[in-house]
Amino acid sequence: MITVKDIYKSFGKVKAVRGVSFDAPDGKITGLLGPNGAGKSTTLRVLYTVLKPDRGSANIDGADVATNSLSAREKIGALPHGAGLYPHLTARENIAYFARLCGLDKAEIDDRVDKIVKLLDIAEFAERRTKGFSQGQRTKVALARALVHDPQNIILDEPTNGLDVMATRSLRELILKLKDDGRCVLFSSHVMQEVAALCDDICIIAHGRVAIDDSIDGIRQRTGCDDIEDAFVEAIHRVEPE
Amino acid sequence: MGTLFTVFLKEVLDNFRDRRTLGSALLMGPIFGPMLFAFVINLSIERSLESAETTLELPVIGEQHAPNLVSFLRSRNIEAVAGPADAAAAMAAVKLGTHDVVLVIPEEFGEQLGDMIPARVALISDQANSDADRDARRASNALLAYQQLLAGTRVIARGINPRALQPLNIDEVDVSTPSGRSAMLLGMMSYFFVFAALMGGMYLAIDTTAGERERGSLEPLLSLPVTRDQLIYGKIAATCLFMTLSLMLSLTAFYVSLKFMPLEQLGMTPNFGPAVVLAALAIFLPFILVGAALMTLVASFTKSYREAQTWLSVVLIAPTMPILIVSILTLRPRTEFMLIPSLSQHLLLVDMVKNEPINGLHVAISVTSTLVIGIILAWVCARLYRREGLLG
Repeated sequence: MITVKDIYKSFGKVKAVRGVSFDAPDGKITGLLGPNGAGKSTTLRVLYTVLKPDRGSANIDGADVATNSLSAREKIGALPHGAGLYPHLTARENIAYFARLCGLDKAEIDDRVDKIVKLLDIAEFAERRTKGFSQGQRTKVALARALVHDPQNIILDEPTNGLDVMATRSLRELILKLKDDGRCVLFSSHVMQEVAALCDDICIIAHGRVAIDDSIDGIRQRTGCDDIEDAFVEAIHRVEPE
Repeated sequence: MGTLFTVFLKEVLDNFRDRRTLGSALLMGPIFGPMLFAFVINLSIERSLESAETTLELPVIGEQHAPNLVSFLRSRNIEAVAGPADAAAAMAAVKLGTHDVVLVIPEEFGEQLGDMIPARVALISDQANSDADRDARRASNALLAYQQLLAGTRVIARGINPRALQPLNIDEVDVSTPSGRSAMLLGMMSYFFVFAALMGGMYLAIDTTAGERERGSLEPLLSLPVTRDQLIYGKIAATCLFMTLSLMLSLTAFYVSLKFMPLEQLGMTPNFGPAVVLAALAIFLPFILVGAALMTLVASFTKSYREAQTWLSVVLIAPTMPILIVSILTLRPRTEFMLIPSLSQHLLLVDMVKNEPINGLHVAISVTSTLVIGIILAWVCARLYRREGLLG
């Protein structure tokens, strides 16, 4: 369960996030939707604690991201935007390295890596060094790395970027599986259709503020638009640029 | 501690698979030094042997005016050959470099000699040209010897003991030992050790900071439930390991290659046996931490791999500057010099190579001060690693 309360974050004069609040409950998929530069990545970066909020607070299963960041990080698996791998290590070594850093012991690591390799269908290239991997292969390994320690909360920043249809589809299936396991999945995207197809709750962000936070049907109702794309555009226009 | 070790192991494995790191750590640094060194030493040996033995062909203008002088020169292995037409042409030729040195004997030479007037001769050379300078000095020494010979015969003719012309008998006592003479040249070795150590860790320092950020693996790493201190210390430790390997290889390469250099011909027997090699390694070890932390610090400020490379090549030079300054000014080791990393190691190494007693206090100050500076730098790295700007 991820709770975000009125967070602000500026970089110099740029006010990236101006009071964002939402909840991402367990057993549900929450989508963070917004145009490029809306503040999605900044919000997620605050949640996986590489940035500290200027104001407001957020917590992961009760652990505050600013004051108790180590504990918060224990409860999440994060896939940052454009996450890179170590090119001289094999896919398996990349995943095992993160498992070891998460404090898993040797037997657990082997077991977990085997499971995640099977789950994400990467056995075919697991023993190869990741240099020269395709975007889809890289994303799968990065995702496996983020999930290897079996986190309750999963944060994915634009995970489908650069993926082909097949890869997107298998990612969607994985996210649904995580939901069925009772996990809290929070992911960002700028593609309305993708979010609509997958999410239970959608939080539309524009200009660093929340435009609408509701289910897909709720958003249709409140914007008065049947077409989801129209609803998206309508919601964004309701936020005043700074 | 577990996290630190995990990071250390991963960086070591990762970089052992990286040809660029391996090339610079295990090849470039250690081999480059001894090769350059062997080249310089062989060159200086060749030149010193060459100048003593070979006949110097000295262009002379007006050879016919001083046949005795010319035959005296021949006895000193200096052969007079036909020179340019006149003094002006000689000057032009020396300036152009067609001749290194030209002797001009004017027509009135014999006459002046007979009249007991100091007879004028001119030796034209370019003193800025070190190669020519040696030939000029040889010619001028021969002329001085001829002058002494003439003066001797003159005073004997007047019944005076020629010893009267030599009121002083100067004994030059050289206390330098073969090991001591080696120190001048072998002082260069410190450069190569410092250089090899830094080269060994350079790509690792870049890879673990700017490189990690550039390839996008830093953010996932920072989102793990570990403290950033452990990450950066593990990375610095891996950098230290590669630097140590490179330094050890460099020391070994020098140890082996010195055996093949004809240093005795230059009157040198450097004290660089296995014991000194090990002592040198021990003395340079604290410097490794300073180097690793310094390079990591500089690389963590840069935005990209390329920028880090540019800045680190400056860092490669920085620790050699104090060595250079002290070598040029030929300063003796002083206690306060032992506070400066790289310089203190250099001075201690020179003393060891000279086979001089090592000052225990100097070693203690060098080790302590270098370690303290290294720890402070590593701590600053860790502080900087905590800032948000790290992600760029």
